Amino acid sequence: MTQKNQYKLNVNGQTVEVTAEPRELLIYTLREQLNITGPHIGCETSHCGACTVTIDGKSVKSCTMFVAQAEGKEITTIEGLGSPDALHPLQEAFKEHHGLQCGYCTPGMITRASKLLEEIPNPTEEEIRFGMAGNICRCTGYQNIVKSIKAAAAEINAAKEAAQ
Amino acid sequence: MIPASFEYHRPTDMAGVLSILVEHGDDARVMAGGHSLIPMMKLRMADVPHLIDLQDVGGLAGITVGDTITIGAMVTQSDIILHDALADAAPILREASLQIADPQVRYMGTVGGNVANGDPGNDMPGLMQCLDATFTVVGPNGERKIPAREFYEAAYMTGREDDEVMTAVSFAKPVGGHAYEKQKRKIGDYATAAAAVQIVKDGGTCASASIAMTNLSDTPVYSAAAGDALVGTSVDGDAIKAAVSAMLNDIDPVEDNRGPVAFKRHVAGVILARAIERAWSRA
Amino acid sequence: MKDEAVTREDRVASLKGMGCSRKRVEDARFTQGKGNYVDDIKLDGMLFGDFVRSPYAHAKITNIDTSAAMEVPGVLAVLTAADLAPLGLHWMPTLAGDKQMVLADGKVLFQGQEVAFVVAEDRYAAADGIEAVEVEYEELPVIVDPFEALQSDVILRPDTVGEDGSPSDGAHGPRKHHNHIFTWECGDKDPTEQVIANAEVVAEESMYYHRTHPCPLETCGCVASMDKVNGKLTLWGTFQAPHAIRTVVSLISGIEEHNIRVISPDIGGGFGNKVGAYPGYVCSVVASIVTGKPVKWIEDRMDNLMTTAFARDYWMKGRISATKDGKITGLHCHVTADHGGFDACADPTKFPAGFMNICTGSYDIPTAFLEVDGVYTNKAPGGVSYRCSFRVTEAVYFIERMIEVLAIELDMDASELRKINFIKKEQFPYKAALGWEYDSGDYHTAWDKAMNAVDYDGLRAEQKQRIEDFKAGKTRKLLGIGLTHFTEIVGAGPVKNCDILGLGMFDSCEIRIHPTGSAIARLGTISQGQGHATTFAQILASEIGLPADSITIEEGDTDTAPYGLGTYGSRSTPVAGAATAMAGRKIRAKAQMIAAYLLEVHDDDVEFDVDRFVVKGAPEKFKTMKEIAFAAYNQAIPGIEPGLEAVSYYDPPNMTYPFGAYVCVMEIDVDTGVTDIRQFYALDDCGTRINPMIIEGQIHGGLTEALAVALGQEIAYDDMGNVKTGTLMDFFLPTAWEVPNYETDHTVTPSPHHPIGAKGVGESPHVGGVPCFSNAVHDAFRAFGLRQTNMPHDHWRIWRTANELGLHD
Repeated sequence: MTQKNQYKLNVNGQTVEVTAEPRELLIYTLREQLNITGPHIGCETSHCGACTVTIDGKSVKSCTMFVAQAEGKEITTIEGLGSPDALHPLQEAFKEHHGLQCGYCTPGMITRASKLLEEIPNPTEEEIRFGMAGNICRCTGYQNIVKSIKAAAAEINAAKEAAQ
Repeated sequence: MIPASFEYHRPTDMAGVLSILVEHGDDARVMAGGHSLIPMMKLRMADVPHLIDLQDVGGLAGITVGDTITIGAMVTQSDIILHDALADAAPILREASLQIADPQVRYMGTVGGNVANGDPGNDMPGLMQCLDATFTVVGPNGERKIPAREFYEAAYMTGREDDEVMTAVSFAKPVGGHAYEKQKRKIGDYATAAAAVQIVKDGGTCASASIAMTNLSDTPVYSAAAGDALVGTSVDGDAIKAAVSAMLNDIDPVEDNRGPVAFKRHVAGVILARAIERAWSRA
Repeated sequence: MKDEAVTREDRVASLKGMGCSRKRVEDARFTQGKGNYVDDIKLDGMLFGDFVRSPYAHAKITNIDTSAAMEVPGVLAVLTAADLAPLGLHWMPTLAGDKQMVLADGKVLFQGQEVAFVVAEDRYAAADGIEAVEVEYEELPVIVDPFEALQSDVILRPDTVGEDGSPSDGAHGPRKHHNHIFTWECGDKDPTEQVIANAEVVAEESMYYHRTHPCPLETCGCVASMDKVNGKLTLWGTFQAPHAIRTVVSLISGIEEHNIRVISPDIGGGFGNKVGAYPGYVCSVVASIVTGKPVKWIEDRMDNLMTTAFARDYWMKGRISATKDGKITGLHCHVTADHGGFDACADPTKFPAGFMNICTGSYDIPTAFLEVDGVYTNKAPGGVSYRCSFRVTEAVYFIERMIEVLAIELDMDASELRKINFIKKEQFPYKAALGWEYDSGDYHTAWDKAMNAVDYDGLRAEQKQRIEDFKAGKTRKLLGIGLTHFTEIVGAGPVKNCDILGLGMFDSCEIRIHPTGSAIARLGTISQGQGHATTFAQILASEIGLPADSITIEEGDTDTAPYGLGTYGSRSTPVAGAATAMAGRKIRAKAQMIAAYLLEVHDDDVEFDVDRFVVKGAPEKFKTMKEIAFAAYNQAIPGIEPGLEAVSYYDPPNMTYPFGAYVCVMEIDVDTGVTDIRQFYALDDCGTRINPMIIEGQIHGGLTEALAVALGQEIAYDDMGNVKTGTLMDFFLPTAWEVPNYETDHTVTPSPHHPIGAKGVGESPHVGGVPCFSNAVHDAFRAFGLRQTNMPHDHWRIWRTANELGLHD
């Protein structure tokens, strides 16, 4: 065991300081130190995307980042996307279109999708399938996930248009 | 999967990086995006007592596009995909990058990590051979340039010394048609076979061709003979056959879960033929 | 009256009962990251346990030195078999009647086997402790082939040999060899041989259904917490059968069952992986008892793929006989079942090969015989039902391949052959040659609907043209048309023939109606994504006339839920769903008496109408269920106890038999082996449909898991017993990019014996999907002489098929 260090992170808009060994993986820091249990651990080899969070504007698999690397970064998890009173359009759309079953992949899936819709605001089905290919779902067969993301995109775009 | 303990270093300049490397020798390793190294550490297949994170070292993340194109070692695959000027000047880079791993991994995976690691499954090494790139490394004795085609010695064995750090790749702006063709089992997989092709057309004939293959040997394979087989031809069926057969003399795939050797050799030929056809159609 | 403007249709709609696509109540928490999975549990002072695992597939353990590990900061204990032996816990019973080492007892039988359990203050110290445990192994000869195992002098399990050196009896009768587990026979042996010997046409084929793994996205894990003050053990875990786990823990630990509370929190997918009992559970319980602190154990993905719950691994040999016109006369099936080092499948006790005897499929086959031999090898234990009822995927794959092979033998269209042999609608209930009584079906209607939907004749014409074009060198792609008509057997099951460890496979529901007309219902099952909290409330809403939105469904806590056998084998709807309906009817019966009292008429003079009881012939006189609920708590009604509660334990009279007709249209690149699903049409008949949205979602998911298994997913071993597919790089889980859109369709043939006519659906698409994808591959090459090639049909194996057929020449 090496010495523990202090690391300062910004998580969902809050600056937090944690004490950890540098080898601590960010997913564990989030889940076990900060009780942010939305992101999950699925494969541990950066294939499944259940641990996806947004770090400085990038979709990142937090099982493949040490807490030490994350020092000073802005991190958004599913918990930072919406609130019970004001769900993110993706959260609404996944509920509406049965985009989830066991729910285990869902936080990573929605977090990744939120970034995808920033990259491509009005994606085609092909773009959604390609852009979501870093997230594995074992339950839904993806068809309703694609549908949910399309619906959320339409919702977001309509809201933007209405605001202009 | 928990890695062994290590000391974490995050120097802010290259001098700092090099001094840690000199101090700890084999015990220290640099890390860019970490998406090759961290899984290996988690599986305890890589023991890294001193981990040097390059993220705060300045000057490694630039892309310059001119007659010579230079890409900093910390440039990510995602950066490459999003860089329009680069895509205009060297479109094979975007085409290849889109076929690497998945969106999250492309946000973290860097050019430097991909080429420096010496993993035969990585796509950039083959691509860099095709482009006849030059790698810049810096060490205690200063900077040195190594041609990509001379860099790879065996799996995970390269021309970079342990106390040297990859800082950039550069290559002449490619001319002619391009293609990066890759067969894989699924998104996130390494190539069953992949081919990088650049072809220059002069009138109806091929003036020059550069061909490199990925994951078909313990190093990326630059096949000069395959390129030569196309030069002076109209890149018709016979020429492509000759190029494929020349390439097959240069590769040495091994059996793994993707399939036996005979299959890989067959697919290598098919993939190369398709890459040549596509590159030629764009030349 | 107060709601005169509200129509009857409005009242029905407001209940959100059966038949509507009610949105899921689970989703609010899951979409906000507020699910509560086992690894989310955090208790004061909680320790972490993890295993030292064997790198060898077969080895003697000569020494385990834990002293260096105990020096690692944070490591508190290292358990080995020697520590568990005095407690009698170094072995545990499996659900299949075998026993399994909890920690290696002198030897290891498969790579990844649990050797020692390191308990530490955190995950990091546990991982470091594992590295520091020194185990000395002496390698033994490795057997990964079950046929070799049955010939070999190597004794894998010393406990299979009696004192005289001959094989001792196993749980299911005599052993043929020391590496043999059981023989299971079903049907008429001699008559079947005779029919086949005298048949006009016989097709014979062997096929291997490869070893794979359910691989839910969440791995297995638990938290054990022994409260030494109160003598109570609480065990949270990824349990598909929490009540059975409680009983097993009690039986092996000696802790009385009332002192054990098992809780299944949210489960991140199960698919059969989470039915069995694993060494991690036992070691966590022991470690918690030893340390007095809660202990968490969570598998990593490699542990999961290498050690807990493989599926399939069936070597099947079939003979099918027919008249020259295509009427099937007999079927013979022999299976060599590779169970690995321990027989740890989760089949009902009397069915060591599960319901493999559904292998006559959807066809009227008068004579049949099945024989299964179970065998030990140096591979991981299991044999679980991966998204299917017990061994039904294997059975359906077998018969749907045999039909295709017979079609080749007869030179007949495979759809036509099926139509000739389907069990006819009027034959139901149909007694099959291997013993099951199919409850209901209308196969011809479903099949014709499917063939019309995909324009089957048009597809065949296109295929014919494609073959010509291929032969003429105009294309390098072949077109495969995969057909499957499956019949599932789910809803285990009737207690008279289905039990696990002696526990009858009934299920249960307990309902409490609250005074204000809302309710809670608790069941013996546990959702792993199927949406029970949504659909069981819909059943109840229709049965008791209270809105589904006012009904909470709770499962998974053995202290509060009634006893049940859990969720697997598509048994929740057929068994617990029936219990729910029956408990609802008990509520309604009491409500009827209360209503009659309130309306001052005789019980027989009121009748149920959607959400109320009305006086017969006077619909303006009624009491709503809400009013009745309040009355149950506020009125002293002569002869009726206060309150409104009911419980039902439902022992189904029969299994249910969902069926379906699937078509897959596949493009195959013969040069690279790459496949592309152009179309997939799935017609399912699961009887009464409770929630069409959820049914459709289950079908999409099951088909995707079928695609994975058919086209690439396997647990592969090398000759030394090393697992070659231990991470998600090599173990194929398709992403959105590799998966097509599916067309779903349905017919409705209710189950005659189920209270609401529902049959279960979650596993049908997997059971029917695998042979459909596989048949598409086979069909593409049929014109070039292919009869059988084994799954998984990944790129290189398809390429090999093309190569062997000379298509690369």
